[in-house]
Amino acid sequence: MVTDNLNNDIIIDVLKEIGNIGSGNAVTALASMLSKKINMSVPRVRIIDIKQVPTILGGEEELVVGIYLDLNNDIEGNIMFILDIESAFNLLEMLLNKKIKEFDEISVSALSEVGNIVASSYVNSLSTLTGLKITISIPSVAIDMAGAILSVAAIQFGLIADQVLFIETVFEEGIHSVKGNLFLLPDINSFKKMLSRLGVL
Amino acid sequence: MEIVKVGMADLKAIKAPGILTTLGLGSCVGIALYDKINKVAGLAHAMLPFSSESSKNENKAKFVDTAIELLVRKMVEKGAVERYIVAKVAGGSQMFSFSTKNNVLKIGDRNIKATRIKLKEMGIRIISEDVGGNYGRTIQLDAQDGSLLVKTIGHGTKII
Repeated sequence: MVTDNLNNDIIIDVLKEIGNIGSGNAVTALASMLSKKINMSVPRVRIIDIKQVPTILGGEEELVVGIYLDLNNDIEGNIMFILDIESAFNLLEMLLNKKIKEFDEISVSALSEVGNIVASSYVNSLSTLTGLKITISIPSVAIDMAGAILSVAAIQFGLIADQVLFIETVFEEGIHSVKGNLFLLPDINSFKKMLSRLGVL
Repeated sequence: MEIVKVGMADLKAIKAPGILTTLGLGSCVGIALYDKINKVAGLAHAMLPFSSESSKNENKAKFVDTAIELLVRKMVEKGAVERYIVAKVAGGSQMFSFSTKNNVLKIGDRNIKATRIKLKEMGIRIISEDVGGNYGRTIQLDAQDGSLLVKTIGHGTKII
């Protein structure tokens, strides 16, 4: 049922709007943390076939950064934020004010904090719009092949659908551009609950 | 030499010469089957353990159990003989670590177990494995000799 509805324009519009508000909040939080002006593009909501998921960031073997958090309480599921390697280095340069060429403990910790901010902002807007209580776990970071990391999202959607929905956000500070992909991965009952609260199911 | 790519939730069979490859295996499992007498190779990139656990199971290659059945059938069509087929298994890692009981994160482990169960049920012997860990793998199965090359980022390269 849910899968058939994934193509429903209203549902997509609603999820897009949540993505907009969530990303807006995330960028605001990031900007105040950095005391810098950050511009954000309108997020793109994309629905693609599961088989194409490993290639959205280029090749399956590209090195990417994935930040993964559990969602609990009224909604069960996960949220994953993925950056290509160039975006990750750009982001670290914004955060740490120096050129970063490899991932040490501090940069992994900084990335995990960014994942935390982005996920919390997104989840807060979702929570406000649905009236559902949602909490998030501490983040877990993985730096590895895009295919391997993205498959985590694909697998979760794979149980209930042959397609995956995700939100692509681009933000910029000065010359630095960061492209992030956010996957909201509720379990099937939570997805229904969420859509029903939003009045679209 | 021809290199045939197998995507996620996908499977293919070829007769030598040729190489089957699948890139960036994470929690998914790469099941490489080989009949060395007839030089027929098959590779599946399955995402989930058992088709019965999902409501969305039209795509047979998505699940370990149905993928193995279908792959064997495709290999037989290419000239393989079922009793000559042996298996090599790679993948099934856990990309993110959590202390929680989250089932999805343990999917790699469940995929490996499902693979062993299904292969045993079909009487297909596993001759080597490179499974588990917390990193991604790219694999290449050579239809000429059945060797399976496993490549990683930062965890070496090996042939199993």
